[in-house]
Order: sequence, then C-alpha cells, then structure tokens
Amino acid sequence: MALDIAPKRLPVPEQSAEERIKNFNDVVIGYSIEEAVAESARCLQCKNAPCIKGCPVSIDIPGFLKAIKEKDLEKSWDIISQYTNLPAVCGRVCPQEKQCEGVCTVGRIKGYEPVSIGKMERFIADWKAEHGSKVAPKVPEQTKGNVAVVGSGPSSLTVAGDLAKMGYKVTVYEALHAAGGVLMYGIPEFRLPKAIVRREIDNIKALGVKIETNVAVGRSVTIEELQSHFDAVYIATGAGTPHFMGVPGTSLNGVYSASEYLTRINLMHGYEFPKYDTPTKESEKVVVVGGGNVAMDAARSALRLGAKSVQVVYRRSLEELPARIEEYHHAVEEGVIFNWLTNPVEYVGSETGNIVGVKCIRMELGEPDASGRRRPQEIKGSEFTIEADTIIEAIGQGPNKVLLSAFQELKLNKKGYIDADPETGQADPEWVFAGGDIVTGAATVILAMGAGKKAAEAIDKYITEKKAAGK
Amino acid sequence: MYKIISKKLVVPKEFDVWVEAPRVARHVKPGQFVIIRTNPQGERVPLTVADYDREKGLIRMIFQTVGKTTAEFADMNVGDCLTDILGPLGTPSEIKNYGTVLMVGGGVGIAALFPIIRALKEAGNKVYTILGGRTKDLVIMKEECEKYSDELLITTDDGSAGKKGVVTDAMVELAERGVKIDQSWAIGPSIMMKFASLKAKELDIPMFVSLNPIMIDGTGMCGGCRVTIHDQIRFACVDGPEFDGWGVNWNEFMNRMRQYKDEEKMSLEKYKAEMGEE
Ligand SMILES: Cc1cc2nc3c(=O)[nH]c(=O)nc-3n(C[C@H](O)[C@H](O)[C@H](O)COP(=O)(O)OP(=O)(O)OC[C@H]3O[C@@H](n4cnc5c(N)ncnc54)[C@H](O)[C@@H]3O)c2cc1C
Ligand SMILES: Cc1cc2nc3c(=O)[nH]c(=O)nc-3n(C[C@H](O)[C@H](O)[C@H](O)COP(=O)(O)OP(=O)(O)OC[C@H]3O[C@@H](n4cnc5c(N)ncnc54)[C@H](O)[C@@H]3O)c2cc1C
Ligand code: SF4
Ligand code: FES
Repeated sequence: MALDIAPKRLPVPEQSAEERIKNFNDVVIGYSIEEAVAESARCLQCKNAPCIKGCPVSIDIPGFLKAIKEKDLEKSWDIISQYTNLPAVCGRVCPQEKQCEGVCTVGRIKGYEPVSIGKMERFIADWKAEHGSKVAPKVPEQTKGNVAVVGSGPSSLTVAGDLAKMGYKVTVYEALHAAGGVLMYGIPEFRLPKAIVRREIDNIKALGVKIETNVAVGRSVTIEELQSHFDAVYIATGAGTPHFMGVPGTSLNGVYSASEYLTRINLMHGYEFPKYDTPTKESEKVVVVGGGNVAMDAARSALRLGAKSVQVVYRRSLEELPARIEEYHHAVEEGVIFNWLTNPVEYVGSETGNIVGVKCIRMELGEPDASGRRRPQEIKGSEFTIEADTIIEAIGQGPNKVLLSAFQELKLNKKGYIDADPETGQADPEWVFAGGDIVTGAATVILAMGAGKKAAEAIDKYITEKKAAGK
Repeated sequence: MYKIISKKLVVPKEFDVWVEAPRVARHVKPGQFVIIRTNPQGERVPLTVADYDREKGLIRMIFQTVGKTTAEFADMNVGDCLTDILGPLGTPSEIKNYGTVLMVGGGVGIAALFPIIRALKEAGNKVYTILGGRTKDLVIMKEECEKYSDELLITTDDGSAGKKGVVTDAMVELAERGVKIDQSWAIGPSIMMKFASLKAKELDIPMFVSLNPIMIDGTGMCGGCRVTIHDQIRFACVDGPEFDGWGVNWNEFMNRMRQYKDEEKMSLEKYKAEMGEE
C-alpha cells in the first residue's frame, strides 16, 4: 500500500536523560501546535475506527484528530471532553500501546508507526489549559438527587463529574489531605505533574462537585449516615494496601513498600525535605522488586533522589513486563539496570538493623499459570547477593480496608474486592455502586474511569426509578 | 476548621489542647487516634484522642514535644487552626466487663490510657491503675485517672512521688497481694511497654499495648507502620494500634522507630533556627 503520510510518528520533545534525572519535572515536553497539526494529518480517518474500540471510554479519536488537523483546537477539546474528564492525565499515563495505538490502522502497515494518539490527547488538554477559552462550564441545577462518592481517584472524579453534569448534587469524600487518589500520591511528578491533576480536579469542582478531604468514610462518617443522607453511594477506594513478599529481613530499616516510598515523595514532597517536613532517606544503592508501573516509578524516583545505582529485580522477562513500555524505555535511558528472571529470597541486615544487601535467586519460566503467563520457577543453587542500602518492594496491592472493615453488609468477592456488576457497578446492598481498583484489583486509570462512566448512568437510572416509585 | 480552643502546658514539654474537629468528636472511641498536620508543608503526625466533647464537636490531645511538628504545634495559640485533622483512625479498644483490669501508663502514654480506663470502669470492671514517670512532675492526669480507678499506684524513678521504682515493680506488688487480673493494658514509652509485657507474660496476665510506629497516611495504604506480632506483619494504623503485648517483636519495633533520627534532628534544628531559638 502506498500512502502519502509519513511512516514514522513525529518524535515528541523530551528532556534529555542526563538532565531529567536531576529534576522532578515532566519528562515529556510535548508537541508544539505545528507538530501536533502535522502528526494529526497521519490519521486515516478510518470508517470503522479501531482506535475508538480500543479505548475503554470510546473517545472519538478520529474526530478530535481531524479538528487538530484543521487547527480548530477549541473544537478538538470539546470532542475529547465529552468522553473524559481527565484528558491531560489520560494522555500521560494510559497504556496507549496496548489500547488505541495498539490497534491503529496506520501501525498495522508494515514499516509504519501508529498515530501518536496519547501525545495528541495530552497536547490538546495542555493547550486548552494554557490558551483555550475560559468560559465556566454550564452547571445544571442540582435537583435530581444526592450522591456520595467515596475516594477521589480517577474513578470517583469521573462518576462525580458525569453525575454533576446530569444534575446531581455530588459530595466526594477523601481520606487524605489531597484529592486525586493514586494520581496524587502514587504516580510521580515527572510523569504526571501534580499541578495538572489539580487543574483537572478544579474543572470537576467547577461543575458543582463538592470535595471534602480528611474524611475516612466508615470512620469519620458512618455507613448509616451515608445511607440516610444520600440517594446512592459510589465507592472507589482503590487497591491501596501494599503486599510484602514476606522474605526474611522485611522489617529491616531501609525496606520500603513502593506505596510508602512514593507517598513520601509525591504526597508529602519528601524530595523537597527539609522545606517540607517529611523526610525521604538518601540512598546510594537501591534495589526495586517488581516490574509494573509502580516499580518503574519507584526506580526512577530513586535516581532523581540521587541514588548512585538503581537495579530492578523482576522474576519474569522483558516480554512479560507489565509496565507501560514508554516508562521502561525511559528507565533504561536514565540508567536503571534490569535483572530479569531474578527474585529476592532474603534481605541482609547489618548489626544496627539497616539493610546492606539482598540475596537473590535466578528463575526460569515453566508452564503457563492461570493468568496464561509462564510461571517462574527458582533455579536451585543460583543464589547471589546484590549490595543495597534501600529495598523497595513493588509487587502489588490489595483492597483498601479502611472502609471495608466498617461495612460488614457489603458483599465482597473471593479475593476480598467489592462484588459489583461489571456493567453497572451496582453492588449489594443495592444503593451502593462501586468501581475502579476496589472492584477489579490494581488496574489502570482509564479502566477506573470507564467504570465511573458506566456507574454514573446506572446511578442516574437507579435514582430516577426509585424516585418515580415514590421511595 | 480545626481551631485550637484551649491549650495548656501540663508538665515541661507536654501540652494539653482542645481542638474543633466535629466529625472526629462525633464518632471517636477509646483507643483511637487522629492524624494532624500543622501547616500545608507539614508532616502527617498521629496523636491519640485523649478525650472528646461530642456536643461541642471538640477533641482533646495531649502531646509531648519531640521534633519539628510537635514543636510547631506547641508554638500555636488558642484561635489558630491546624491544617488537617483526619480521624478517628485505628481499631477501638475492646471494652467489656472483664472482671478485674490492670491499667499501666507511662509518660504521655497516660493520655491514651485515660479514655480506656474510664470506659472500662463504666463497663463495670474493677480497675487497678499504675502510673509511672521519671519524676513526680512527669506523672500526668493523676486526678482524672484516680476518679475512674478502684486503686491507683504511682511509681517514680527517683521516688519523688509514690513508690521509688518502675511500673513492673508495682505489677509484682499487686500480684504478691493476690490481686487476680483478667486483662491488662500498658501504654507508654516502648521500653516500658516491652518490660510490662514481659512481666505480664510471667504473671500470666493478658496484656494489650498501644504501638506508636512512624505513620504516614494512617489508612493502611503505605505499610510504613508495619509491626510484627506473633511472627505476622500487621499494620498498626488499621489492625492496631493495640496489639497483644506478648506477641510483639520489640527489638524490631524499636529499631524501626529510629529510622529517621538524623533527618528529624535536622528538621527540628532548622525550625528552631527559624524561630530564633538557640
Ligand atoms: C505508582 C503507580 C503508578 C501507576 N501508573 C499507572 C499508569 O501509568 N497508567 C495507568 O493507567 N495506571 C497506573 N496506575 C494504576 C492507577 O493509578 C489505578 O488503577 C487508578 O488510580 C485506580 O483508580 P481508583 O479511582 O480506583 O482509585 P485510587 O486512585 O486508588 O483512589 C482511591 C482513593 O480513595 C481514598 N480512600 C480509600 N478509602 C477511603 C475511605 N474509607 N474514605 C475516603 N477515602 C478513601 C484513597 O485515599 C485514595 O485517594 C499506577 C498506580 C500506581 C500505584
Ligand atoms: C497511634 C499513635 C498515637 C500517638 N499518640 C500520641 C499522643 O497521644 N501524644 C504524643 O505525644 N505522641 C503520640 N504519638 C507519637 C507522636 O506521633 C510522635 O511523637 C510525633 O509524630 C513526633 O513528631 P515530630 O515531628 O514532633 O517529631 P519527629 O522529629 O518527626 O520525630 C521524633 C520521633 O518521634 C517518632 N515519630 C516521628 N514521626 C512519627 C510518626 N509519623 N508517627 C509516629 N511516631 C513518629 C520517631 O520515633 C521519631 O524518632 C502517637 C503515635 C502513634 C503512632
Ligand atoms: S485507527 Fe489510527 S488511523 Fe484509524 S482513525 Fe484511529 S487513529 Fe486514525
Ligand atoms: S500508616 Fe500507612 S499503612 Fe499505616
């Protein structure tokens, strides 16, 4: 097939690796208007638009790209914002290579790269914030009912924004002192600047949504109070409880969960200690255990905090790495060393109880397990030790229990997550809806948002029917 | 919000404050704590709720100045506001009629012990209380604890009040008198809780202790507050802060408390310099 479009996507300007490991600023600088217009011209405007089907919230991708190509940026924004309340976030953190870009027609042609959809989404959201018109959104009268939303991560923000647009009075309760969930406390500044999260949250507040921080539902507010004050409740409390491998030495000083390490840095600004009061330890030799986005974020944060060496230990191989591929490449460029097919078996401490090394064992891949991935097995006698003064475990999370322990009537599934209808988010009892990581287990921002979108419609239907029935 | 309503110095370096926090006041139970921040760049610091007034929406905290955050809290005045208060957090104490209970408190831990003493008395228990301190002036809340105790014993290291000695001596004295204890609590410095637990085990008395590891979120999200109880990892902010004292790995616990010693010192010195103190 001969096409008159450039086979390769326009490279997006980034900070150089040497420069960026000295700061926490956004790694990607982003397209200029000219570059965005040129890149959008690579879209074929496919009739069947596989990219839309690949997007968990079905953004009209050809539509918003066409508007960029025609330099009608305001229109492009209008199109995107019909589908997502957090485009600047999605454009930065979605695993696009597995979603829209993974199925893009252009990318299917030999020698061609898919349209850089994610970077274009980010471009339009950032353009809007800096240059777009600032008309306050029209807020419908909030007379259709009252909804409480528990947690303020991407799933909650989506449901809250959508319900407010439909005419509901929405109150979001967040346990921490800052709204945003993992976007605020987990994903680092250099990948998702907090000012951008705050900006998108301000947009949602502008729709009339009330956000109350420092409220742990189940403790600061009881379940009975929720039930009596609201027509329905949406729970998106996330998968925030860190797992530990449980190897000997886990309690040594210098062993962190990635959640603690990243929370100290992101939420508490540990990298600005002592200007901010919460310290983060300076480390020289860091070992990160795991291979997801969380592990990449921890490893790259450690480099920025001045570590001389950062090694990732992952029990499978690059092919199975769950992290976004862009983050893996960034990590390699920045100097993170990867130990594939390796697992820690013991943390070794000094007499004073500080970590000095990690004993690892080599692994090989055996038969596929339930998830379809080949199961890693230890190779006997292959132990070796890596010197380390800091270990960060990023091996996964479980359901956040602050609320669940106080809400015994709520039905959970076998794994301890909320048992909710995948189509509507409705849980048991019926006035409760739930979505995001607290239903699926640790997943992605966009899936959490998708759950929020579906639930907003289901909540609207539920409350409308309940009111019609005079209850 | 979170306005300081009253503040007084109880003993050197220990302050007794009442603060507006209606949501906490409405729901808090004995054994629970809050997380506060004193300023927008501040650290999240846990403090036990020592008392509350549900009607007025007030909570009482008694704290000791140890580092930057507590020093800054101590420098705040009536009318000033804390930036954040989250709570109540933690699993409440198991209050019921055990029969006879023994309550052991030391230092600022007495503030955390007091609401439990009161609740246990109200639940019909016979209450023995032992309060310990280095010297007379450091034993706080004597009258309040006495009011809800059948018998109150005091021990001081220097003998300036009560018996000269440590709290475990008083535990032995009660045992020797033949007092039969069904359940006990010890709250105070780690070293005191450790030895009280060892003694309780020796005397075959079940004992709860309230652990105070370094916390960040207080909602079970970071794992920083992890402690080992009967060889299992538990999170003090959601599974505790009260645990079976017999099962605590004390060496590990005390070692983890020292993790940020150097950084904390630096932070306090910087604050003092800014405030123009030595
Ligand atoms: C370090 C890290 C990096 C990641 N990187 C990516 C990425 O690159 N791309 C991607 O798509 N996904 C990524 N993820 C996953 C993604 O962030 C999550 O899937 C998503 O945030 C889930 O959203 P949520 O709305 O379900 O909950 P969360 O974002 O987890 O938010 C839950 C919120 O609820 C609050 N809460 C909990 N209990 C209560 C209560 N009782 N009362 C009040 N509030 C409560 C919590 O404090 C929290 O703020 C990453 C996750 C982490 C940890
Ligand atoms: C559940 C719980 C209840 C508590 N109740 C009380 C109370 O009622 N009254 C009281 O005076 N103190 C109480 N504490 C201890 C109090 O939280 C610490 O003294 C305080 O955090 C010190 O902060 P700082 O900034 O002033 O000192 P820092 O300079 O930060 O630290 C000094 C020392 O305090 C400890 N510490 C530091 N940060 C924390 C933290 N986030 N959590 C716990 N310990 C920490 C460490 O051992 C450290 O070495 C409680 C702690 C917990 C976990
Ligand atoms: S699949 Fe690719 S080329 Fe086709 S419409 Fe979507 S972005 Fe354009
Ligand atoms: S303080 Fe973070 S899990 Fe307990």
